[in-house]
Amino acid sequence: MGSVPFFFMSASSILIQFLNGLASASSLFLVAAGLSLIFGVTRIINFAHGSLFMLGMYLAVALAPMLGFWWSVPLAALAVAAFGALVEATLLRRLYAAPELLQLLATFALVLVIKDFTLWAWGPEDLLGPRAPGMDGAVRIAGLRYPEYDLFLIGFGPLVLGALWFLLRRTRWGTLVRAATQDREMAGALGVNQRWLFTSVFALGALLAGLGGAVQIPREPATLFIDLQIISDAFVVVVVGGLGSIPGAFLAALLIAEIKSFCIGLGYSKITLVVEFIVMAVVLIVRPWGLLGRMPAQTRGPGALELPLALPSRNALVALGGTALALALVPLLSAGYTLVLLTDILVFALFAVSLHFIMGPGGLHSFGHAAYFGLGAYGAGLLLLKGGVPMELALVFAPLLAVLGALVFGWFCVRLSGVYLAMLTLAFAQITWSVMFQWDAFTGGSNGLIGIWPSSWLSSKTAYYYLTLATCVGAIALLWRVLYSPFGYALRAGRDSPLRADAIGIDVRAQQWAAFVFAGLFAGLAGALFAFSKGSISPEALAVPRSVDGLVMVLLGGIQTLTGPVWGAALFIWLQDVVSRSVDYWRAVIGAVVLFLVLVFPQGVTGFLRERFAR
Amino acid sequence: MTVLAIRNLAKAYGGVQAVRDVSFAVAAGELLAMIGPNGAGKTTCFNMLNGQVAPDAGSVEFEGRSLLGLSPRQIWRLGVGRTFQITATFGSMTVRENVQMALLSHHRRLWSMTALATRSFAGDADALLARVGMREQADRPCAVLAYGDLKRVELAVALASRPRLLLMDEPTAGMAPRERNELMQLAAELARRGGIAVLFTEHDMDVVFTHADRVIVLSGGELIAEGPPDAVRADARVREVYLGSGNA
Ligand SMILES: Nc1ncnc2c1ncn2[C@@H]1O[C@H](COP(=O)(O)OP(=O)(O)OP(=O)(O)O)[C@@H](O)[C@H]1O
Ligand SMILES: [Mg+2]
Repeated sequence: MGSVPFFFMSASSILIQFLNGLASASSLFLVAAGLSLIFGVTRIINFAHGSLFMLGMYLAVALAPMLGFWWSVPLAALAVAAFGALVEATLLRRLYAAPELLQLLATFALVLVIKDFTLWAWGPEDLLGPRAPGMDGAVRIAGLRYPEYDLFLIGFGPLVLGALWFLLRRTRWGTLVRAATQDREMAGALGVNQRWLFTSVFALGALLAGLGGAVQIPREPATLFIDLQIISDAFVVVVVGGLGSIPGAFLAALLIAEIKSFCIGLGYSKITLVVEFIVMAVVLIVRPWGLLGRMPAQTRGPGALELPLALPSRNALVALGGTALALALVPLLSAGYTLVLLTDILVFALFAVSLHFIMGPGGLHSFGHAAYFGLGAYGAGLLLLKGGVPMELALVFAPLLAVLGALVFGWFCVRLSGVYLAMLTLAFAQITWSVMFQWDAFTGGSNGLIGIWPSSWLSSKTAYYYLTLATCVGAIALLWRVLYSPFGYALRAGRDSPLRADAIGIDVRAQQWAAFVFAGLFAGLAGALFAFSKGSISPEALAVPRSVDGLVMVLLGGIQTLTGPVWGAALFIWLQDVVSRSVDYWRAVIGAVVLFLVLVFPQGVTGFLRERFAR
Repeated sequence: MTVLAIRNLAKAYGGVQAVRDVSFAVAAGELLAMIGPNGAGKTTCFNMLNGQVAPDAGSVEFEGRSLLGLSPRQIWRLGVGRTFQITATFGSMTVRENVQMALLSHHRRLWSMTALATRSFAGDADALLARVGMREQADRPCAVLAYGDLKRVELAVALASRPRLLLMDEPTAGMAPRERNELMQLAAELARRGGIAVLFTEHDMDVVFTHADRVIVLSGGELIAEGPPDAVRADARVREVYLGSGNA
């Protein structure tokens, strides 16, 4: 379909696009409302909310042949609600007092587990749902045919909004939920049975997500990609509408869905994301807490007490130098697979250290750091293949694409903090992923780019290993060194006390922005090294799971130590290698390991060891 | 010479008129105490002076220049130092590093990626810490300090930029009586010898009447009395506010 300028659209097709937008908004609203509700009471951002949506879809598709469509929808939603209650009671309940970051990570681990469960249960193919019996026809609107079922959906969203309003404003349960949303301690003092309240809220949120998924099945197939697509859409909706505001979620869902609908209707479906991004940007500039949101109360400080950053002792420097030297000697002893694995570990150690740079000392919890890794990787591929630039120069200039991305995204990100920041970084990463995924002509779309090989003098595994070793060790040393400089200290100052930092003339935002870009540069460098080591690059390089990998590495190693991310990366890559070679569903295994670690070592492994042996 | 002049300052939070129509001035070398019961509007006044809160009405002039619309960062650069009622320090840094941050900022070295922060202005930081009696604790992390010691660190931090106006919100909270007097002695010295204008709030009346050159009294957001300590102490309205019924 070619693109049609807006003024050439007939009045009737404008109407149809408008109705399409309304129909899509309903499902989006359900997911966003559930997310908002759960956050309001438990203060947990449920990253697995899109996964619950996906479960709802698959369950409804599976149940429909047995029970018929109209029974499958509510039953699928109820099953998802029950699953949500189970997750809350067994897992999240243990994490309410944990640092925010670990809560987010735990729900992220759930994303991995649910995805692999879905893959196991229903296979990798997209599943088409049935049509809705009794509503499978079309009506004539302004001379054009319009599906009856979509008309039903248009009414369904406001219906749910009304039901939620009634539940929250007119029932005792609703009063308790609102009390808990405003003040958790107060609700506790009122004698509210918090456990039951939290579980029921989580179940309701899950129900809404499952319902949102189930009602979509006549309109679109169930796919394994939908979870992250929906969660990033829901984040955009929640950021635009205001976290914790249900009417805000409704308004924003309408806005976003209409934008999508008109972009698609005009034949510009590929710029949907860009338009969505611009809308979000404008809203964030004008109303930083969303259309109907309120400024969030000061969230918890940086979790556990952090010790001052001492200059490394002579012994520590010798140990680090010794490690680097040992790594340099490895090619003398072994070749082949060990070198490939070590190259991966080095690349991801740099990636993790760059993430730690903004996350630890900077306090900016990025859930989309893979965007910069991916931009560096694509930058390398595009410069080499499309630009005809020699490999050596491509490696040097590729990170600049990541810098560009970090400049734009970072500008918005440093205006937010806490969970808003996490959601925004994730949404940006998802947008970057979609661009790479959809732009077939330039980026190779879902296939990616192939033939990104290093120059001949670097083509042996050993030569490339030495290049990676030298680059990564140098870059990591530089990142660490900067943390000891006034710039690095100012970054920590802004994290420790924005109030005091501001009062002594530190421009916290500007320094955070610079740090964001600086970290993006090195993530991009890691991405470029990665591209040349694999010879190809696909959208997976910057997909959300890659961002999660980075987070897991940092948290696994312990966010409060400098060397932690390096050990975390080594452990993670090694584990991934071992597990993925022996188990099909290795993402689920990684997810389970993460859940286990989060529950057992809330301070990370190095943090745990340090605490253990410091005594 | 007037350093700070405030005219008709007002601020409401929702229905609460936290500050209404407050005017006063502080001169160089003067120690001015702002007193008043809890919730009188003292901290709100301070927040409007250093740019943290925008006033609803009124003007704030520092050395003849309006501070309205400037950020705390800009106001600090002009030469206004401040300590907070609820201390705000960098918990993951040592006492010395906290002061070094202020010095680095004052010397515009915050963007350096090559210097070593812990080696920058360490001597200057120690000298400042010695003045507030914190030299011995320079290497301790701020997160583990006693409250009174945090107050002292804040003072050293505030002095790092050589301010010409010093705002101290309850600087002696959490200190023993002897420490309180020592700290106020130091403040008086800064004012007398350094010519700094000092505005402070304080709940301990002994401290106020011993050290302040002049006292202003806020109650319910309004300025109800102003003058030398003895006159204020004798003021009927002030006695009423502090003692309740006014039959004292
Ligand atoms: N951010 C705010 N939002 C709403 N009300 C506020 C806010 N800050 C202060 N207030 C109200 O304004 C009034 C003045 O408060 P302020 O903190 O200025 O008093 P104070 O004189 O410093 O009291 P204290 O001696 O307890 O420190 C109080 O009624 C307080 O509740
Ligand atoms: Mg106060």
